[in-house]
Amino acid sequence: MSEIILRARGVTREFRAPRRTLFEKRTVSFALRPVDLTVRTGSSIGVIGESGSGKSTLARLLLGLDQPTSGVVEVAGHAVDAGASARELRWLRRAMGVVLQDPYGSLDPRMSVGRIVGEPLWALGIGGDRSQRVREVLTRVGLGGVEGRYPHEFSGGQRQRIALARAIVHRPRILVGDEPLSALDVTVRAQILELLNEIRREEGMTLIMISHDIGVVQNVCDEVVVMTDGDVVEQGPTSDVLGNPRHPYTKRLLAAIPTI
Amino acid sequence: MSLIVDDLSIEIDGARVVDRVGFEVPAGARVGIIGESGSGKSLTALAIMGLLPDGAELRGSIRWEGRELVGLSERERAPIRGREMAMIFQEPQTALNPIRRVGAQMTEAARIHRGVRGRRAARLATELARDVGLPSPETIVSAYPHQLSGGQRQRVGIAAALAGQPSLIVADEPTTALDVTVQKGILDLLAGLVDDRDASLLFITHDLAVLAQIATHALVLDHGSIVESGEVDRLLSEPEHPVTRGLLRDAKATLWRPGGPS
Repeated sequence: MSEIILRARGVTREFRAPRRTLFEKRTVSFALRPVDLTVRTGSSIGVIGESGSGKSTLARLLLGLDQPTSGVVEVAGHAVDAGASARELRWLRRAMGVVLQDPYGSLDPRMSVGRIVGEPLWALGIGGDRSQRVREVLTRVGLGGVEGRYPHEFSGGQRQRIALARAIVHRPRILVGDEPLSALDVTVRAQILELLNEIRREEGMTLIMISHDIGVVQNVCDEVVVMTDGDVVEQGPTSDVLGNPRHPYTKRLLAAIPTI
Repeated sequence: MSLIVDDLSIEIDGARVVDRVGFEVPAGARVGIIGESGSGKSLTALAIMGLLPDGAELRGSIRWEGRELVGLSERERAPIRGREMAMIFQEPQTALNPIRRVGAQMTEAARIHRGVRGRRAARLATELARDVGLPSPETIVSAYPHQLSGGQRQRVGIAAALAGQPSLIVADEPTTALDVTVQKGILDLLAGLVDDRDASLLFITHDLAVLAQIATHALVLDHGSIVESGEVDRLLSEPEHPVTRGLLRDAKATLWRPGGPS
């Protein structure tokens, strides 16, 4: 068994519901009920659920972008304090790379592709030949020689390749994808999925994939976590959970997916 | 009550985005159009509805019950749209007016085309709400769109399309913005309603699995042209054109399979 790279213990997140009248008592609504999660180095874990299930809230907590109401997230044995300063969190940012859903919203239109992809290297103070590294990862994602160009010159799929290059440029140990394929056409989606898989294997990266697309998770992840209404209702090896779902919600979810 | 599209081309700013497309939607049929972004499937739907954006140039023929629609003025078009053919849009959030109650929006076509007003309109709204499976039909008609979930809003969109009792429903990716469990409910609903009312359905989608659920026949669009058409079962089992084969192969790469990945 390989070492545990990420662990969440009893992690919860509450959000206050807005008051409808001035004198009403504040009510608390849960975005996430206690979640326990153990991710081993090199594994790939998929978090599936529908809108409002809390999967993105969980992703934000794992990435150290949000502070849990209770519980602890540990990355490589260190507790994550999302409230710490950017400098104090550098170790965490170095350990993680993220690809977001919207390839149009996640790239700064005024920055060249080279700067976008190289930004983590500068921001994290990683030395060495930075432009060489940027050229290298862009070539790896199939976009060699585009450093001087700007995001608007690229299609959605190419932009997602750029986002992937940025996510791996600093050689993170964990790659987090929050619906990285959802905005793409099916042919492009298959290409990006393959690329993601290849890179992950080559670099021995751990993958955490947040997705509402169960087909994607089935094709990529060894383990799966099923969420609904802020609850983890089922988790385990992908073939077990998807092949033999036990929780009524998982069963209902799988039965609803159209097949060919 | 059939729709015959013949040699239809659409140009926008001199670029040909739909190229000599021809197909037929016979009465009672459920026909799908499948293609990637930019293949021209939405524009084809908009052309049929007479809703193309300004500056789009249309050539060819769209015959509805033997009547030529291309070249009709807006005044001649208006009585057809909403009453004889109606459209369901992708984004239930933006397709509804945020400051009007959903009941009034559902019955708009009946009010305009069939003069249904007052108490009759209120009764129709409740009936429609019930037909599309909205919870507490009597009260939900007084709600505003923001008080409804995405799936409920799409049900309102479907109710609004049904209100004029159209014989053709054009649905442009009506479930793309919805969760899968909600999607299943909407697809089942749509299929049932179309059958009950002997209406025909033209269903636009980029999702082959959704197509397989809802349509009996389909056209595959690529860069504005139809590359293949036929029965959905045949298209999925023995695709002939490389584009169809590619779509199928790529869809399967990320497709959920009950038996596990092959």
